[in-house]
Amino acid sequence: MESIFGIHEAALLYRAKRMDVIAANLANADTPNYQARDLDFASALDGAFAGATQLKATDPRHLALNPLTSGDALKYRIPHQPSLDGNTVESDLESARYAENAVSYQASLLFANNRISTLRAALAGGR
Amino acid sequence: MNTFSTFDIAGSALAAQSLRLNLTASNLANMHDVTGDPANAYRARHAVFRAASQPFSNTLAGVDVLGVVESKTPATERYDPGNPQANAEGMVYAPNVNAMEEMANMISASRSYQSNLEVINTAKQLLMRTLTLGQG
Repeated sequence: MESIFGIHEAALLYRAKRMDVIAANLANADTPNYQARDLDFASALDGAFAGATQLKATDPRHLALNPLTSGDALKYRIPHQPSLDGNTVESDLESARYAENAVSYQASLLFANNRISTLRAALAGGR
Repeated sequence: MNTFSTFDIAGSALAAQSLRLNLTASNLANMHDVTGDPANAYRARHAVFRAASQPFSNTLAGVDVLGVVESKTPATERYDPGNPQANAEGMVYAPNVNAMEEMANMISASRSYQSNLEVINTAKQLLMRTLTLGQG
C-alpha cells in the first residue's frame, strides 16, 4: 500500500539524512585532510521510485530490480578552491546548502501537513 | 538513522572550537611571560583536529580533538639585564607566541563556532515542527 504522504515521506528522510551530512561537513571545516561529502539527489529519487515499484523477491537468488542505485549514496564534493591542508569543505557554500535543505524539509513538511488536513476534512464530511 | 545525530555532530564541533578559543586565550595571556631559562619558557599551544568518522566509510560523525601540541619554534631571546628574571648573561626568554597568528586563529574559531550553532538552531526548529505534524 502506498503511503498517504506519497513521495514526501521519502523526501523527509532524505532531507534529514542530508542535514546530517552537511552538519558533518561544517563540523569538520577546520579538520586537515577532511573530504566534504553530500548525498546525490538523483540517485535518492531513483531509489525512492524503485522502492515504490519494487518487484517481489520470493527467493534469495532473485535479482534486485535496480541493484546499482542506492538512495543513500554518499559522494565526495569537488571543491572550487581546494585548500593547502587537504580540506575540501567550503563553509559558506555548505551553509547555503544547509539553508536550502532546511527550506526543502519545511516544504515537504507542509505538504504532509496539508495531506493530513485534507484527510481530516474528508473524515469530518464537511461538518 | 538517529534523529538527533545532527546535535551530536554539531555539538562535537562546538566543543572543539571552544577548546581552540581557550588555547588562543591562554597563548595571548601568556605572551609576555619571560623567564631566564629557555626550557621553561611558555610555548604556544594549538589543538589538533581529526574527523571522528573513518575515511571512505559511510558513517557520519563530528570532529575529534586528537590532542594539544606545543609549538616547536624556539623562544625569543632578548637582552634585558634589568629584569629580575634575567640569567647570568642578562638574557630573558619570551614565549614563541605569534600575536597575528593567534588573532587569525581566534577569528576562524569564532566563525566556525557560529556556523555550527546555526546548524543546531535550524535542526531544532525543523524537529520541533516535525513533532507538531498534523496538529495544525
